[in-house]
Amino acid sequence: MTVSGVRASARIVARADGRGGTALPVLEGEGPLALRRTRGSGGEARVMLVGAMSGPLGGDEFAVRAAVESGARLRVGSAAATIALPGQSKGAARYDVRLDVADGAELHWMPEQLISAQGSDLYVTTRVVLGTGARLVLREEQVLGRADEQPGRLTSRLTVCIEGRTLLDQELSCGPGAPSGWDGPAVLGGCRAVGQLVVVRPEFGAGAVAGAVGEGVAIMPLGGPAVLVSAVAADGLRLRRALDEALACLG
Amino acid sequence: MSRAALLMLADGRFPAGGHAHSGGAEAAVKAGRITGAADLEEFCRGRLHTAGLVAASLAAAAVLRVPVRELDAAADARTPSPALRVAARKLGRQLMRAARAAWPSQELDAVAREFPKGAHQPVVLGVVARAAGLGASDAAHCAVYESVSGAAGAVVRLLSLDPFDASGVLARLAPEVDRVADLAVEAGRGAVVEGVGALPAASAPLLEIGAEVHAGWGVRLFAS
Repeated sequence: MTVSGVRASARIVARADGRGGTALPVLEGEGPLALRRTRGSGGEARVMLVGAMSGPLGGDEFAVRAAVESGARLRVGSAAATIALPGQSKGAARYDVRLDVADGAELHWMPEQLISAQGSDLYVTTRVVLGTGARLVLREEQVLGRADEQPGRLTSRLTVCIEGRTLLDQELSCGPGAPSGWDGPAVLGGCRAVGQLVVVRPEFGAGAVAGAVGEGVAIMPLGGPAVLVSAVAADGLRLRRALDEALACLG
Repeated sequence: MSRAALLMLADGRFPAGGHAHSGGAEAAVKAGRITGAADLEEFCRGRLHTAGLVAASLAAAAVLRVPVRELDAAADARTPSPALRVAARKLGRQLMRAARAAWPSQELDAVAREFPKGAHQPVVLGVVARAAGLGASDAAHCAVYESVSGAAGAVVRLLSLDPFDASGVLARLAPEVDRVADLAVEAGRGAVVEGVGALPAASAPLLEIGAEVHAGWGVRLFAS
């Protein structure tokens, strides 16, 4: 008997309602990807991604797509960490996130951690496409293994394009089966949590952002109105603290 | 191809400025992440499959005539650390100067004119390899080998590591260097068809973070 994984998708469209607020004409999830609108503030709509089943498990294919239309403001979080787990079906799981932020729109994409459990195998892609004057805060955190556990195999590619130009293209591979050296002194150096923040603001275009630096964390201005914060830490809690502090530095 | 031209391009004495850079080894030594030959080997392995693969793919794609401007932008997107972007352009400019003297060509002149502040070194390496009559595999091998040999040489100076031990590390990595170079050539061919978005983007967070820490030091032995 062949066991096939779960295929699920979720879709959000945020649109300026013409009265200074943001409407959500599309808010669709299925199976493990449930979406809930929560109370927003100001002109911003808020959505929580609620894991309604465990996973992704081996063989699953998840896709999440959010489009923030011109002038709209959207904040997306998740109710809990996502845990990649081994599944009954062979092969890797996939989790594809595609975010479109139109001219003058704003997106805060702030999910909780992705935990790569022992024996899991997941390929994540996150592709962000931004228009002129778009604003973004995107957080990505990966925790390699639950407490006292070996990590699974995890590959994560993050691509950010602004006005048709690719500003950032990065892929991190870790866990058993990843190219060797991933846990060594050039890549993760034994750290079990790794994360990034991408902050895009039109005012960064002037190059006013300093490349401040801390222990295991760097704020790096990219070749455009964007900054990447890259951090490694012993665990997820320390990683979150480092990313929060860096975000506060950016004001 | 000319085997002698390949040896020249890969020679640490070719005046392209590579000796002034440690490939992140100086920051890793200072942070205590490299204390001897065993750490150096793991460090080099991590570089091989991240920075090495990316550099070699860019170089191979440049030999295969993927447009330099697109490759240079792809290199920027794969190098979030501003310190490393500056270092890569400086090295690109120095390699260009040395190569124009060694293998004068209109193509090199054109690239030098288009990038007066230097293009990313691996992209220049690919263009130079073609000017020297070399192929994609040659350029990829140069780039991958450089991605580890520079760090090994730097650690010999930084830790007074026995040069025989450093050479042992490089010799043990040789089969992996060959495999990564082959992957890079394949990736370069893929970019000809699918564009630069298809090139590998393997990242090493500690190399990027370490480069920013290193750039903030008042005194350092290596430029990066």
